[in-house]
Amino acid sequence: MMTLFGIPTAALFGQLLLGLINGAFYAMLSLGLALIFGLLNIINFSHGAQYMMGAFVAWLGLTYLGANYWVALALAPVIVAAFGIVLERTMLSRLYKLDHLYGLLLTFGLALIIEGFFRQLYGISGMPYAVPKELAGGWNLGFMYLPIYRAWVVFASLVLCIGTWLLIEKTKLGAYLRAATENPALVQAFGINVPVMITLTYGFGVALAAFAGVLAAPIYSVNPLMGSNLIIVVFAVVVIGGMGSIMGSIVTGFMLGILEGLTKVVYPEAAGTVIFMVMVIVLLIKPAGLFGKGA
Amino acid sequence: MRNDNGALLKVDGLEAWYGESHILHGMKFDVHQGEVVTLLGRNGAGKSTTMRSIMGMVAKRKGSVTFEGTETIAMNSNKIARLGVALCPEERGIFASLNVKENMVLPPVVKPGGLPLSEVYDLFPRLAERANSQGTKLSGGEQQMLAIARILRTGATMLLLDEPTEGLAPVIVQHIGDIIRKLKERGFTILLVEQNFHFAATVADRHYVVEHGHVIDMIPNAELQANMGKLKGYLGV
Ligand SMILES: Nc1ncnc2c1ncn2[C@@H]1O[C@H](COP(=O)(O)OP(=O)(O)OP(=O)(O)O)[C@@H](O)[C@H]1O
Ligand SMILES: [Mg+2]
Repeated sequence: MMTLFGIPTAALFGQLLLGLINGAFYAMLSLGLALIFGLLNIINFSHGAQYMMGAFVAWLGLTYLGANYWVALALAPVIVAAFGIVLERTMLSRLYKLDHLYGLLLTFGLALIIEGFFRQLYGISGMPYAVPKELAGGWNLGFMYLPIYRAWVVFASLVLCIGTWLLIEKTKLGAYLRAATENPALVQAFGINVPVMITLTYGFGVALAAFAGVLAAPIYSVNPLMGSNLIIVVFAVVVIGGMGSIMGSIVTGFMLGILEGLTKVVYPEAAGTVIFMVMVIVLLIKPAGLFGKGA
Repeated sequence: MRNDNGALLKVDGLEAWYGESHILHGMKFDVHQGEVVTLLGRNGAGKSTTMRSIMGMVAKRKGSVTFEGTETIAMNSNKIARLGVALCPEERGIFASLNVKENMVLPPVVKPGGLPLSEVYDLFPRLAERANSQGTKLSGGEQQMLAIARILRTGATMLLLDEPTEGLAPVIVQHIGDIIRKLKERGFTILLVEQNFHFAATVADRHYVVEHGHVIDMIPNAELQANMGKLKGYLGV
């Protein structure tokens, strides 16, 4: 058996891959949270529930309508985003001028309601969702076995994250978004319909979560609690990366996923807490987060 | 005497509030096509609030503001901007996360007839040199130039300039004076807030004096010297 630093390479790379997969989800989810926080000033606690809804829409579509994985990947984000937009228009939009705490409480309550609803209907045992046949199987790389679906998740997440970053940093639309994050009143006074932009940004952030949910469906079972298990870690990622920093969320998401994976190899007992330990250290040393500006 | 109905911007009985505090108490003045008009007044008189109210940026406001005959008192600021009114705010409002070029082209073109970007850079050559700098890396004077420059290409015909000379060195104040005169020649209509009435006298056609949220006097620029004593009394200088 091959070893590296006394660790079997298959185990090492296996955990690295798992870490990379988790990191891909951390990155996609914290990216949406950062976007929403930047423009709406809302800490979107229902992000995990919206991720779960993405997975459920995929599962329901397949089970009741025969809509395959690819259809779900395209449509679930749109459907869940539409639901998010209704929430934003009817509830969140009333809170923008108040302290972050109100948005947090409202979205936390919404998360509980949404999860409760799915739990009532589907229990918590979890439903399997098959890997689409195009992505079934795997490659033997010699030092490890790489399931194709997992490679796809990492690839799709990278494309999505980099695409979003380019959209925000390199396009006119992104310039409006960055400017409105700084000074929405002035951007509106230049003739931009900022309220519509805010609504669409929330929808986009929610769509990112739902897209991640569909990607997750074949890996983790589709389960009403899948989001709340993940979201706490994702919040730690956002805190470490710096609230509202787009690149910070992406890089931190992947890095912490990998760190978590490596910890599983080196010292498995700490794998569940290593991210929170990093969070504590970062908060002590650089409270604005690794990529954050100001205090 | 001018016919008031011909005014490009007409403000009448304008009241405005920030939360519970009542700031404007019936502002009344007008600005004609092609004029440069100033609002003079002490700190806290309500000059900036008047500008922000015309722009639709103060949520609670009453009375009447018409631009080219269109009533805007109930409009959102993005609609008012689309009519052709643009603000250069007192705090300049340069976006830190955007570079100079991005700041420059951020305000969308709302009407045909704005200055082409090349002409804007001709007026402000410094900004062309600094095009790739981050917005907040500019000096105070450069930020002020950028704040004026970026509203010239939008096609807005009414410019609201809130203290464009505040805190700037005399040569830059002179430069901004030249720019304002050039803009007037180009047919822009300008409402200017100024603390410095010596500067105001070099660019303006008329001056309104604001105190406690309403206009207390109007002085044509030609009569400014004759009214200097009275004006100094108003401004407490
Ligand atoms: N955002 C705000 N919230 C509450 N009160 C405000 C706000 N902005 C201004 N004020 C108050 O409104 C009054 C008028 O302020 P404004 O900025 O219009 O004065 P100004 O004439 O422009 O003064 P300055 O010459 O100092 O710029 C002041 O008493 C000020 O304290
Ligand atoms: Mg002012």
